[in-house]
This record gives sequence, C-alpha cells and structure tokens, in this order.
Amino acid sequence: MGMTITEKILAFHAGKRYVEAGELVTAKLDGVMFNDISGPLAIIEYEKMNYQNVFDKERIYIVLDHFTPNANIKAAAQCRLLRRFARDKQIKHFYDVGLMGIEHALLPEQGLIAPGELVIGGDSHTCTYGALGAFSTGVGSTDLAAGMALGKLWFKIPASIKFSYQGKLSPFVTGKDLILYTIGKIGVDGALYKTMEFTGEAIQQLTMDSRFTMCNMAIEAGAKNGIVPPDQETERYFAQHNYCNRQALFYQSDADAKYSEIFEWEVSSLEPQIAMPHSPGNVKDVGEVGTISIDQAIIGSCTNGRLEDLRAAAKLLQGKKVHPYVRTIIIPATQSIYRQAIKEGLVDIFVEAGCAVSTPTCGPCFGGHMGVLAEGERAVSTTNRNFIGRMGHPASEVYLASPLVAAASAITGKITHPQEVR
Amino acid sequence: MICEGKVWRYGDNIDTDVIIPARYLNTADPQELARHCMEDIDTTFVVKVQVGDIIVGGKNFGCGSSREHAPIAIKASGITCVIAENFARIFYRNAINIGLPVIEAGEAARAIKHGDVLKVDLGGGLVENKTTGQNFSIQPLPGFIQAIAQAGGLINYVTEAEKK
Repeated sequence: MGMTITEKILAFHAGKRYVEAGELVTAKLDGVMFNDISGPLAIIEYEKMNYQNVFDKERIYIVLDHFTPNANIKAAAQCRLLRRFARDKQIKHFYDVGLMGIEHALLPEQGLIAPGELVIGGDSHTCTYGALGAFSTGVGSTDLAAGMALGKLWFKIPASIKFSYQGKLSPFVTGKDLILYTIGKIGVDGALYKTMEFTGEAIQQLTMDSRFTMCNMAIEAGAKNGIVPPDQETERYFAQHNYCNRQALFYQSDADAKYSEIFEWEVSSLEPQIAMPHSPGNVKDVGEVGTISIDQAIIGSCTNGRLEDLRAAAKLLQGKKVHPYVRTIIIPATQSIYRQAIKEGLVDIFVEAGCAVSTPTCGPCFGGHMGVLAEGERAVSTTNRNFIGRMGHPASEVYLASPLVAAASAITGKITHPQEVR
Repeated sequence: MICEGKVWRYGDNIDTDVIIPARYLNTADPQELARHCMEDIDTTFVVKVQVGDIIVGGKNFGCGSSREHAPIAIKASGITCVIAENFARIFYRNAINIGLPVIEAGEAARAIKHGDVLKVDLGGGLVENKTTGQNFSIQPLPGFIQAIAQAGGLINYVTEAEKK
C-alpha cells in the first residue's frame, strides 16, 4: 500500500519507512513557532522543566503579532516576557514590532518553512504551511514547551481526505471561496482529526497566496493539517524565498495511497462564497444572502493579508470611496507586503478611498484590538472565524469572505458581489 | 478518579472563543481566565458553577483555536471533567496536558440533561446519572492520563516522575 504526502513526511521524521493512519509515532521537529498568546504559557511550562537550552536556537520562531503593537498593559507584560526569553535564549528568529508580520504569512515569506518539513506552532492556523507541501499543525502551550525542549513530539498519523477540484475558477472566485465552499460542504467537523489534501486542476492554477489561504482554513473543518502536493509553483516560491538555505523535500502521494474519503468537485461555475454568522461552515453564495448592511470591513489576517489579496481589493477600490458608514481597515500581513503595497501604489488607493491602513497585526480578527465591534454591529471580514464574540461584543456579527467581496461590500455598505462594483 | 457534580449542558461545536474569549488572552493566570469562562454564551456559568461540576457537550467540543487557556479556564472554574460526543483535536490534547479529564461518550453526551447530577468513575469506566438513574459505560481513562490529571498536568507529572 502506498502512502500519502502527509504520511511520507511524518514517516521520514519518525525515522520509519512506512506509517499508516492511526499509528502513534514520535517525530523530529524542524520548527517550533509561538506568539504573544501561546508563548507566555509555553515559557511558564518550559521553565518548570529546568532545561538550560532550547533544542535549536535557529528553529524556534517567536512572533509578537496578536496584541501588538501592545494593545494594553497586560499584553505589554506578556510581550515583555517573550522579549526577555528570546534574548536570554538567543533565539535567532524573533520578530517584534517593526520586523513583525502575521506569523503564518511571515514564516514562509522569510524562508523558514521548506517543503517536506514538520513544523508545530502555538496557533491553530499553523496548518497554513501545508501550502508549501510541509506538514504543519497547531498545538497548545504544553506541547510547545516539550517541543522546544526536546525537538520532537508524539503524533497520531491522521487519515487523509482527498479533495479534487476540477475546472477553471471564474474571475471573481479565489482560493478563499474554494475553501469556504469546502467547509460549507463537509461541515466544521467534516475533517475532524484528518488531513485535507487539496488537489486537481483548479488547485494547480492557484497562486501560492491562494494556496496559503486554503490550507490556513483547514482547521475550520477540524483538520489536523491541510496540504497541497508541491508542483512548479511551489518550487518557484520556495526558490525565491529560501533565504535560510533550507533543504526541501518534495513529496507526492502515491497513486495507491489510502484515503478515508475522496471528494471530486467541478468548480467552474462556483460563485463567490460567504460564511454567515456564527460558523465558518454556514456558507452561501454571496448572491443569495439578500440585503445585509455592514458597519466594518476588514481586509487582512493570516488568511487573506497577502499581496494578491491587497491587489484584488485595490483593483475594486481604485478611484472609488468606501461607504461613509463602513470603517474599512486594511492590514498588510507582513512588513515586506506593506512595503510592496506602498511601491505599487496600493496603499495610496486605499487611503484615497477612505480606508485605514494598519501595520501588520492579528488585532481585529480575534477581537483583540484595532477594530473591535460594538453590540449589534456587523463586519464583513477576510479572516477565518466568525464565532460568537469573535470580533468583539457577543451580539456582533462577522461574515467571512474573500478580499474582493469585502472590498465590494465596503463600497456599497452592504454585502455585495464584486461584479456589481467593477 | 471519581468526579461527582452537577451538569452544565452545552450543544455542538462549542468553540474556544466562547470557552474563553480572545479579548481575555492577555493573561495566563488561571483564576482570571476562569472569571470569563463561557461568558459569551452563558453569563450564569461563572456565577453559579460549583467546584466538582461537570460540562457535557455535543460534537466537536473545543473547536477553533489552539489556546491552552480554554481547558485551563474550564478547570480553574472548578469543573472536574468534560464529557462530549467528540472533541476537536487540539483541545483534546491540551486538556489532557493540563490535567483536565476529557471523555468521549456519544450516548451519555446525548442523554444527559442540564442540571443532572453525575457520578463519573474515570478509571472504572462508568457514568451514573443520579438524577435519572441511567448508567452509561465509557472507555476507562488509562492510568497515566488519570495520573497526569492528579499531578495537575503533563509537565508536573514528568518533573515529579524525575524526582522519584
């Protein structure tokens, strides 16, 4: 019996020739990432263990991205703890305000994730890096502490679900729409504990930015990881970003690999999608939601704060103004994306249109700061979760959509199909 | 290990944002986290929860983020175990790691009602519903997971084992 790409990566890191779903293994880690929410707890646990040094100073990635720039005094104290730890342990890849970007956009961009690697992170959206053909998954703070000390961790090999998307996506349809459609079909527990392997003609045509978006939201279907088998586009991206001289291993699933389920969808006629409150699985075509007025639009996050996303939004916003009742907040995910957006004139388009453009931060996505909602307010957002209270008051609402839908809605003041404002 | 207490019953897909809203994640203090546990869907929880009480959920309990603050908030509020049809995987692992027993038991999770009084024998594999008289057999929790819970979490368990 053959193996899937996920099984091959886990087998390699466990020092085994063959693994299958359900098996428990101990595997070597290529990277351990944490942020200003998961980090402080991990450090408290780590220090209880009395380890002098982390397993590898160049393989711990610390990114202060959630409550930063420090949102309040308590958050400042959490960040201070991480800064001291990073200095004390001489952590090479430590990203503070000014260098910092949203972790899941930043790590691949900085060349810290190579195809074939095994990475854990103290954030559920760590599954993003599967877009590069790596295995990556979110863990809690105790597992982070153990991983940081030992450089290895136990894993249960997940069963894989294969998604095959056929056809060519229409102009207003993006990776975000594909993943929302998928979660809408299988539900928020549809891939519980499993791997979501994204394949097919439509995936091969996707840019890396869109593939990151898709893998990012695998967790919203309960998945352990999302993964796109590497191709020329993966190789191109990695070669361009391999600043750390990492060794890539380009695995492919075998033809006779075992899948727990296979979904094959024709997506040529797919419409822009939107996840209604309060579940990423509550998905509809944008065209069928009726009139829903909004108070805020957010374009950014680890899901959709990349250059492709900003370019898409700018295309719609160019020469237009956002609706006077809609606060539109645009958050480039990293400093290099920010800089490129300035160079290309995108930031100018946004400011001219009446948007606020922020330094990189996770801020509003989790209701932390930089765009929190009041009772009864509604936001359309390119982020990944719309749970009760996610962006602020428990009686506020978040609608998840692509940057095109968010930009179109910002202009009209209600949820809008992008073709209506082109 | 035996847990005995009153049930707080919640539905499917209880996510970590309602267990502990992210706006409170600027602290790692268990007592402070416990003060906001479940508040976005149930403001009575923190007011009325008693030490020893039990949470019963539906499918996919603990979905969403990887925040270990979620099981920490539940445990610090006095809850002794969580029973659900199934759990989201990161929450499941985090709960064990911080010493909060979690039990997957579909039949029990579906039948138990809010306010029922349960006696849960984790090692013996039995849930007794003292309110209705119904009994449910469950997969006994392995000894090492009970020991992790008794030590107060995986790190304590490991460091204590090293001392012996």
